[in-house]
Amino acid sequence: MPNMRMDKNPMPSQAPEVRITNVDEVTLGYTPEMAIDEAKRCLGCKHKPCMQGCPVNIHIPDFVARVAEGDFEGAYEIISLTSSLPAICGRVCPQETQCEERCVRGIKGEPVAIGRLERFVADYMREKGEAKLAAPERNGHKVAIVGAGPAGLTAAGDLAKLGYQVTVFEALHTPGGVLMYGIPEFRLPKSIVQHEIQKLRDLGVEIVTDYVVGRSGTIDELVDDGYEAIFVGSGAGLPNFMNMPGEELKGVYSANEFLTRFNLMKAYREDSDTPIQHPTKTIVVGGGNVAMDAARCAKRLGSEVHIVYRRSLEELPARKEEVEHAMEEGIIFDLLNNPVAVHSDENGSVKAVECIQMELGEPDDSGRRRPIAKEGSNFMMDADCMIMAIGTSPNPLIRHTTEGLETNRKGCLIVDDNEMTTRDGVFAGGDAVTGAATVISAMGAGKKAAAAMDQYIQKKVRTA
Amino acid sequence: MFKILRKEVLNPTVISITVEAPHAARRAKAGQFVILRVDEEGERVPFTIADADPENGTVTIIYQVVGATTRKLMELEEGDELADFAGPLGKPSEITGENVVVIGGGVGCAIALPTAKAFHEAGKHVDTIVGFRNKDLVILEDEFRNVSDHYYLMSDDGSVGEKGLVTAKLEELIKSGQKIDKVIAIGPLIMMKFVCALTKQYDIPTIVSMNPIMIDGTGMCGGCRLMVDGKMQFACVDGPDFDGHKVDFDAAMSRNRQYSEKERHDYEQTCNLLNMKEGQ
Repeated sequence: MPNMRMDKNPMPSQAPEVRITNVDEVTLGYTPEMAIDEAKRCLGCKHKPCMQGCPVNIHIPDFVARVAEGDFEGAYEIISLTSSLPAICGRVCPQETQCEERCVRGIKGEPVAIGRLERFVADYMREKGEAKLAAPERNGHKVAIVGAGPAGLTAAGDLAKLGYQVTVFEALHTPGGVLMYGIPEFRLPKSIVQHEIQKLRDLGVEIVTDYVVGRSGTIDELVDDGYEAIFVGSGAGLPNFMNMPGEELKGVYSANEFLTRFNLMKAYREDSDTPIQHPTKTIVVGGGNVAMDAARCAKRLGSEVHIVYRRSLEELPARKEEVEHAMEEGIIFDLLNNPVAVHSDENGSVKAVECIQMELGEPDDSGRRRPIAKEGSNFMMDADCMIMAIGTSPNPLIRHTTEGLETNRKGCLIVDDNEMTTRDGVFAGGDAVTGAATVISAMGAGKKAAAAMDQYIQKKVRTA
Repeated sequence: MFKILRKEVLNPTVISITVEAPHAARRAKAGQFVILRVDEEGERVPFTIADADPENGTVTIIYQVVGATTRKLMELEEGDELADFAGPLGKPSEITGENVVVIGGGVGCAIALPTAKAFHEAGKHVDTIVGFRNKDLVILEDEFRNVSDHYYLMSDDGSVGEKGLVTAKLEELIKSGQKIDKVIAIGPLIMMKFVCALTKQYDIPTIVSMNPIMIDGTGMCGGCRLMVDGKMQFACVDGPDFDGHKVDFDAAMSRNRQYSEKERHDYEQTCNLLNMKEGQ
């Protein structure tokens, strides 16, 4: 008999007043007993609706059934059939709009906590010291991956498992992409990311850091060097600003810069060589997950933090869990407001942010109600720091240095149904194609591209 | 890891190092830069490429000891290794204009030299004006003479060359009726600002090489943003060369001071640590 409890087993977490004083992970993970109890809530539906919600097609009911039996190793093997990075997905996937949204248990009550179970299984195996995967036999073909973020690492893992000699070219000094520079330690510990990357290295994946494709070398040179297919997962690019007066002032950060200083360069540590402002009052502009991450980082630097977002709570694009965590931590949501100017003190630093009140009108193209400024409602908010978290525009380096690589109006690479760009043999996925999106959609694209690259090369071999 | 093959002290605070970095060396052009980290805990700092040898896979940078990172860098000797050295980054300088004046200020001369050299090798007429505070700080004199049709050395105190600012010499050349298609100014922001103010009066196109604070240097963080012609530009991917008549220098100078307090603190900390080591 399944466990008919209506709600999920709650996630053990650090108390808000404690966690804002450290950068340790907020959620602590299920114990084996909690995991088994939660897994028993699964009805094992024959038609597996949850699986259709998973961008990487994890065999969800099968692994959950193993967890219910206490066979965590078996569960891990099933997850590993389709996912290379379960400890990461279990933490940062928006399960509530994917697998869990389709869970039958969610019709009356809460869905099975699939994400928490995935995380539990991956953590259990990592802590147990799982056996190293042997590098598979090589098939004699080599492929290149541009960018060691979620899309590139997923593609690299899948191609290595198929026997390809895989080289990943990474511009930064550490592989991981947004998993390292963007998502904070307290949401995704960096040791876990590096552990997953080490597993790829064990599979024989070579990672070349400090190599900026588009500058250190070009896509054409990779082709000349004998890479038979290339995957571009170069990620999101330059941060967007609002083109309002005062954005050049000291104390105005893009979320990318603030998060990179905090996460990648560990600027929150006293002994870090990389500086970061320790603000007293921070205004974060935007309502997505990146805005929540930036706000919570600023909080941990000791700042009072306000989120300024032009729509209402209902339209906040961030995950519900992230918004809840942010609220618990005392972050103040100043909704239906929009900044119009940043004001300077006598040293060229931020002194105040001028905002205007907004109201919601008719729905726009995105289906959300359009925010409209209320004429004459301008007001000032004192602040010594402002963080802009309003999205990014694709990085221009690769498209400017690669002939025949077409992009859309926004500068995103154009791909066909097989993730192939307008250049034969050059594939792409993740934010470089979609614009800023989620880690799991990037992983899904990497997975799809890896399969397509395999087919592309095998077809060439057959016709050669 | 990236090995330091050669180290040369050019003046008491300016040092040249040649680093084994084949990827960066292969395509490096005048005007481009690298990002390095001294060690695993180090910050990412941009340095403009002073010279590159694609055949031997080496890149030379010249730096002035001003902060914690350059202080740590100074401690490294030939044979030691840097944790990271990525490049070349930024757009190469455009080598256009038949008669150009290249202006270098202080350690900026290290960056002005490859530009002067590129123009010289392209067969252009190159006059260089370099400025230093005093005679002890002069660097790269022979190297500049080798690539210049005329070389003018200026110093603040008159202890070497002519006494005066680089702008005084530039104005003298302009007033003498010399044909100048383009001025390239590389040095402290305040120098570039005044060069641009002068050339604007005479309507001479002027290119400046901007050196804002950066982290990734590849078009991701947006920390290196500048206001150019009222629009936001990113030095790492849109520059570092810009039309000097359109750059908002005051905003750039202010932004470059964002961490000066922390930098001073770290620099002193680093000095104290080194003193302790030496004391042992």
